[in-house]
Amino acid sequence: MEKFEKLTGVAAPMPLVNIDTDMIIPKQFLKTIKRTGLGVHAFDEMRYDDDGNEVPDFVLNKPQYRDAQILVAGANFGCGSSREHAPWALADFGIRAIISTSFADIFYNNCFKNGLLPIALPQEAVDVLMKDAEKGSNARMTVDLENQVVTTSDGEAFSFEIDAFKKHCLMEGLDDIGLTMEKVTAIDSFEADAAQARPWV
Amino acid sequence: MSGKTLYDKIWDAHVVHADDDGTSLLYIDRHLVHEVTSPQAFEGLRLANRQVRAPQRTIAVPDHNVPTTLGRENPDQMPEDSRIQVEALDKNARDFGVNYYPVSDIRQGIVHIVGPENGWTLPGMTVVCGDSHTATHGAFGALAHGIGTSEVEHVLATQTLIQSKSKNMKVEITGSLAPGVTAKDVVLTIIGHTGTAGGTGYVIEYCGDAIRELSMEGRMTICNMAIEGGARAGLIAPDEKTFDYVKGRTHAPKGAQWEAALAWWKTLHSDEDAYWDKVVTIRGEDIAPTVTWGTSPEDALPITAKVPAAEDFSGGKVEAAKRALTYMDLTPGTPLDEIEIDTVFIGSCTNGRIEDLRAAAEVLKGRKVKDGIRAMIVPGSGLVRAQAEEEGLADIFTEAGFEWRLAGCSMCLAMNPDQLAPGERCAATSNRNFEGRQGRGGRTHLMSPAMAAAAAVTGRLTDVRELMTENEPA
Ligand code: SF4
Repeated sequence: MEKFEKLTGVAAPMPLVNIDTDMIIPKQFLKTIKRTGLGVHAFDEMRYDDDGNEVPDFVLNKPQYRDAQILVAGANFGCGSSREHAPWALADFGIRAIISTSFADIFYNNCFKNGLLPIALPQEAVDVLMKDAEKGSNARMTVDLENQVVTTSDGEAFSFEIDAFKKHCLMEGLDDIGLTMEKVTAIDSFEADAAQARPWV
Repeated sequence: MSGKTLYDKIWDAHVVHADDDGTSLLYIDRHLVHEVTSPQAFEGLRLANRQVRAPQRTIAVPDHNVPTTLGRENPDQMPEDSRIQVEALDKNARDFGVNYYPVSDIRQGIVHIVGPENGWTLPGMTVVCGDSHTATHGAFGALAHGIGTSEVEHVLATQTLIQSKSKNMKVEITGSLAPGVTAKDVVLTIIGHTGTAGGTGYVIEYCGDAIRELSMEGRMTICNMAIEGGARAGLIAPDEKTFDYVKGRTHAPKGAQWEAALAWWKTLHSDEDAYWDKVVTIRGEDIAPTVTWGTSPEDALPITAKVPAAEDFSGGKVEAAKRALTYMDLTPGTPLDEIEIDTVFIGSCTNGRIEDLRAAAEVLKGRKVKDGIRAMIVPGSGLVRAQAEEEGLADIFTEAGFEWRLAGCSMCLAMNPDQLAPGERCAATSNRNFEGRQGRGGRTHLMSPAMAAAAAVTGRLTDVRELMTENEPA
């Protein structure tokens, strides 16, 4: 997995609340058996019209946001289905960090498995960052995971909270499965105990 | 120190290892797998040369993509990309030796219906699936939640999941429900009340007399939509109804093991002095038959209400409501029961069980689907379908003018050919009314099976109680 340390880039404003996973990647693109190549379909139904042409008004189609690496979004981002295709599509598009007041639980966890950093901040902070994102491509925001700070193009800084384990994995680009495999003795002995205590399971 | 909640008890029984910061490795008792979110996980195993650690705890079934029309064994019925996914599941299930119900097996169906039906889901278990509606299994007092594909791979390889604990939330429905009010109305009302993010960070336990009165099917409907309220999982403490439902099912314990299991299951309830981080109480009597008007499950209102205006909301919801009204093509102030529909979909893991079909049949008996309305019933599993045929429900549906389909997810998410055309409006018993969910440009109103059946008869969103009065003997 790609490491995440520090990122300075263009942030795209998406002030809509409840941006769901069906919006991020509609179901017709879930029929893939690969993890890659979904970036062109990210936000498909908002991004393209019925004939497949780009909708000029959609934020990621605007020239100043085409290379956005950060999204600043409304509350409850990523609600809906568990599809990891949502973070796959965002990552494949080039997004590395998403800022909102809140994220849906499964989406939030899925981000970390794909080198994406979801940042939850209070409404006032998101409002400021949204304004900054609206300035377009000249305004570059900085996300510093090590110090847990987001800085606007004007230098206004907001610190954010993050689970220490998730931070560690993201900064080192670690594979969870490998880490868990190291605990195989603990899993073996749990299974042995459970077979005694709850043999019917 | 305060007592434990049901969630605490199940959690504690499954911790393999806990770090100082609370990050825990949790053992997983049942892992359900379907064709859409698993191919990349199995591919990951192959690439790393890993095995499925506990194939006997893993159950695979294709449901999302499969056609629901007769003759579907013929692979030509599926578009190529769907066929590739279904075939990939078939190969993965056989290569890795997990339990498997292929399309041709009568036990095939929606993964969340298959699990409980065959006794895979039991009280006190941890259950996961690469699907957000895994919360359904919480109706048995099992800790059940959706996971992403990377986590599917993690569970396949290690039979564990890295988790940090959620907070405890209690949702209490007091009293009893009025006639015509079902589990679906209860859960839509809860989400209307708490919002789709109201449960974020929590595991919800549903309790109160109105919940106790519900059948297992109704309880599954409630827990199914816990995720729509933002919660990681929904739980209902097991009781005699749970035990009765489980007893005798294929994979349920038998004999001495049954007795041992029962003894433990009876301890699975929240202690009187348990600590709750959040409590919501709703009076059962205050719940009416409910429908959604917008594009989020929180856009739920009693059928007797009117379409709201964007200005009725505050904050970010104003823009969202504006967008929803445009998308749904609705004018504020219109009575909800004047909204005309052209499609009816009864099915899904929310409402595709036998009791749901019985409720629909009760409304449809001796009635006809209104001219011009496309109406379909998709049973949640082959076993539900067989039972509905045996009980004569299927005849009621076909005589009324419904299509009677084979089991699958179908128009709940429209990955198979069952889709809405742009602008079509559907009365649906599924769980999500998101933009484009049932087909690009399609408009979805969520409701109970009885309400959806009533809408099929009248051609508009309808208060099912109107038809119930007509039904009363003279
Ligand atoms: S019926 Fe719908 S919600 Fe349930 S598992 Fe299938 S697609 Fe998901």
